[in-house]
Amino acid sequence: MNAVEVHSLHKSFNDLDVLRGVDLSIPSGSIYALLGSNGAGKTTLVKILSTVLKPDSGKAMVNGFNVSAEPAQVRASLSVTGQFAATDAVLTGRENLELIARLRKLPHAGKIADGLLERFNLTDAAARKVSTYSGGMRRRLDIAMSLVGDPLLVILDEPTTGLDPQARIQTWQSIKDLAAAGTTVLLTTQYLDEAEQLADRIAILHEGTIIQEGTLAELRTLMPAPRVEQVVRQATLEDIFLSLVSPSANVEEGAQS
Amino acid sequence: MSIAALQETRILTGRSLRHILRSPDTIITTAVTPIAMMLLFVFVFGGALQSTGSEPYVNYLLPGILLITIASGVAYTSYRLFLDLSDGLIPRLQTMPISRSSILWGHVLTSLAANAASLLIVVAVAFLCGFRSHASFLAWLAVAGILAVTTLSLTWIAVVAGLSAKSVDGASAFSYPLIFLPFISSAFVPTQSMPGPVAWFAQNQPVTAIVDSIRSLLDGQSAGGSIWIALAWLVGLMGVAWVLSLVIYRKKIGA
Repeated sequence: MNAVEVHSLHKSFNDLDVLRGVDLSIPSGSIYALLGSNGAGKTTLVKILSTVLKPDSGKAMVNGFNVSAEPAQVRASLSVTGQFAATDAVLTGRENLELIARLRKLPHAGKIADGLLERFNLTDAAARKVSTYSGGMRRRLDIAMSLVGDPLLVILDEPTTGLDPQARIQTWQSIKDLAAAGTTVLLTTQYLDEAEQLADRIAILHEGTIIQEGTLAELRTLMPAPRVEQVVRQATLEDIFLSLVSPSANVEEGAQS
Repeated sequence: MSIAALQETRILTGRSLRHILRSPDTIITTAVTPIAMMLLFVFVFGGALQSTGSEPYVNYLLPGILLITIASGVAYTSYRLFLDLSDGLIPRLQTMPISRSSILWGHVLTSLAANAASLLIVVAVAFLCGFRSHASFLAWLAVAGILAVTTLSLTWIAVVAGLSAKSVDGASAFSYPLIFLPFISSAFVPTQSMPGPVAWFAQNQPVTAIVDSIRSLLDGQSAGGSIWIALAWLVGLMGVAWVLSLVIYRKKIGA
């Protein structure tokens, strides 16, 4: 079954056609990257899938539920993490997770919170106010909050925008772990390397339509055949920065894969 | 409201009450300005003002001070609501299977609790300044009721301000005219002493009706017709602000 099924979706704001017939299928259990520059319509598509916006025409199904006709079921089966960490800075990390668990009417909110804190490496910071967290910790908590109640689909809208390289790699690892556990991940990004690192399939959204879709290997075949060239490869600044500031295994793993 | 919506409202009210418990200074700062005004009027201007009969001036003054307390207290509601909108917690809650109005109600109920705490502090200081009341228990209950309804209607106005503000400063600026309004009413001096047009405005604006009815009740008298005028104003304002805030809220979150 496909986690997301979209057919000729249209959406305009006043005179501006943001989505002009989007078709999309996302297989369950995969990481799917939606690439596009700013203003391509990524966030609009995410808002329609999460029932915050209504489409003008076309059909969108999430986990088998129609976003227009069954918004309550859709909202119960997915969770969304926006571009900015949507956490409560006055509450502690644990309280943030418990808040979401209780709003989702799950029993044993405390236990769920403990499990996610452990999984996202936040146990030591659990009792601290989120206002004391670093950007990367906040984003991990943010993603952890999205996972409360084990939604079938997690939508991450530009999850690493504004993060430093280390936090970015930590976030990437969290996303990989998610997919390994069977959750479908829809990821929007404007960073090409992010899609290359993470995604099973990639769609390129440009001026309101999907202009290309496939695995990375399939997309590569669109380019001329590779030629063998001799290039002296200098270490990139990112390589240097990462080797200087962080010798942790986590980082090396992220950089190699 | 369904049972689920009530439960969600309770959870979200608990969350914002926790915000207040972690920064109790918001309750203190709400009470400080009205208390300073009360001290100023009782101990500096009070002697020069024509007092009404043998009662101490603080008895005359207190109802207006209580309204100023509420007006400055509700500014925190629009501030907190603005922060929830701008730091993304509300957008997250919008994508969850919970009732949409529970978020607003959580803020409104929290405002009720926080203002009650500030009002208690102000009343305690008033007693220290010589305030005495002849009111029965029932009359005190009626006063509490009027103050609760006043808090509710000013809070819904604060919700409108918090939802439509473009900046943190804008979110709380709406409360300045509310704080100023009691000065052009019977809160500090009787309206008869004012020149014609000002007196007309003062007699016909809601603060005078609210202040007069609280003052009569605290004095152990019947509030007469002013309590109904006050309630009509408050319920009317609350209704308009409530509908307006729901409209703005829907528009804001794009649903």
